[in-house]
Amino acid sequence: MTIGLGHYLAVAAVLFTLGILGIFLNRKNVIVILMCVELMLLAVNINLVAFSVFQGNVVGQVFAMLVLTVAAAEAAIGLAILVVYFRNRGTIAVEDINAMKG
Amino acid sequence: MLLQALAFYVFATVTVASAAMVVVSRNPVYSVLFLILAFFNAAALFVLIGAEFIAMILVIVYVGAVAVLFLFVVMMLDINLTEIREGFLKYLPVGAAIGVVLLAEILLGLGVLGGGSVTIAGLDKAGAQVLAVDNTRAIGRVLYTQYFYLFQVAGIVLLVAMIGAIVLTLRSRPGVRRQKISDQLYRPKDQAVTVVKVPTRGGV
Repeated sequence: MTIGLGHYLAVAAVLFTLGILGIFLNRKNVIVILMCVELMLLAVNINLVAFSVFQGNVVGQVFAMLVLTVAAAEAAIGLAILVVYFRNRGTIAVEDINAMKG
Repeated sequence: MLLQALAFYVFATVTVASAAMVVVSRNPVYSVLFLILAFFNAAALFVLIGAEFIAMILVIVYVGAVAVLFLFVVMMLDINLTEIREGFLKYLPVGAAIGVVLLAEILLGLGVLGGGSVTIAGLDKAGAQVLAVDNTRAIGRVLYTQYFYLFQVAGIVLLVAMIGAIVLTLRSRPGVRRQKISDQLYRPKDQAVTVVKVPTRGGV
């Protein structure tokens, strides 16, 4: 029994789907939505690293590092916006965020 | 080989289970803790596949920085835990339907890939030097030569994120007294010192 590319891609697919499911299910808490975005980026990283290793090409891992950088920056900015929003409105429920009438 | 397969299945199962617990957990603090568990097990998966550097970066950046940041924010905001689950069942059918369709599509694509009808393009000359040296050295050889500008751009992205987070959360409250060195230094003499003529035997 050997572990191939397909196994890693399947794990990444399940993780990505769980992230999307979390975005759809959580209507009360923006923090959990940000965590689900992190889960989806983790799934993307698993895909990149798996393809990189199974093709013998290290560039995929370099790209995974860049994705990780962007994920960290996104978490920092998102949580800063969240803190400012909570300071102004007193809630972080998704359904109450309608200041722009979008 | 059997041990490797066993380890893969254990790590993959714990990763997926803790990701599911992130989604369905009642308390956001538990969600963050399960997120940390998912990141650890994903790092173990990376170690298993031979990508040690990315695994260690994942532990340092995600567990050490991002998850702790999430934990700080969750504990800083007081969230009403009773009303946080209200819309869960209402959106469950739509979310579950979309999730099932998406997962089926991705797995269908994977099945097609495994069937051999899609061929992955071969190696290019840029980074095909992996596996001859160890993982960290191979990444360093590519990252600091060919992708040096991308590396710099990643640094700039982090700098902009840091400045943006500081600018967003900084506030100047009016009632706070703080020391202003420049105001102290530029105070003119007539505001600072008063010369009083003291009469003899009179006192001030």
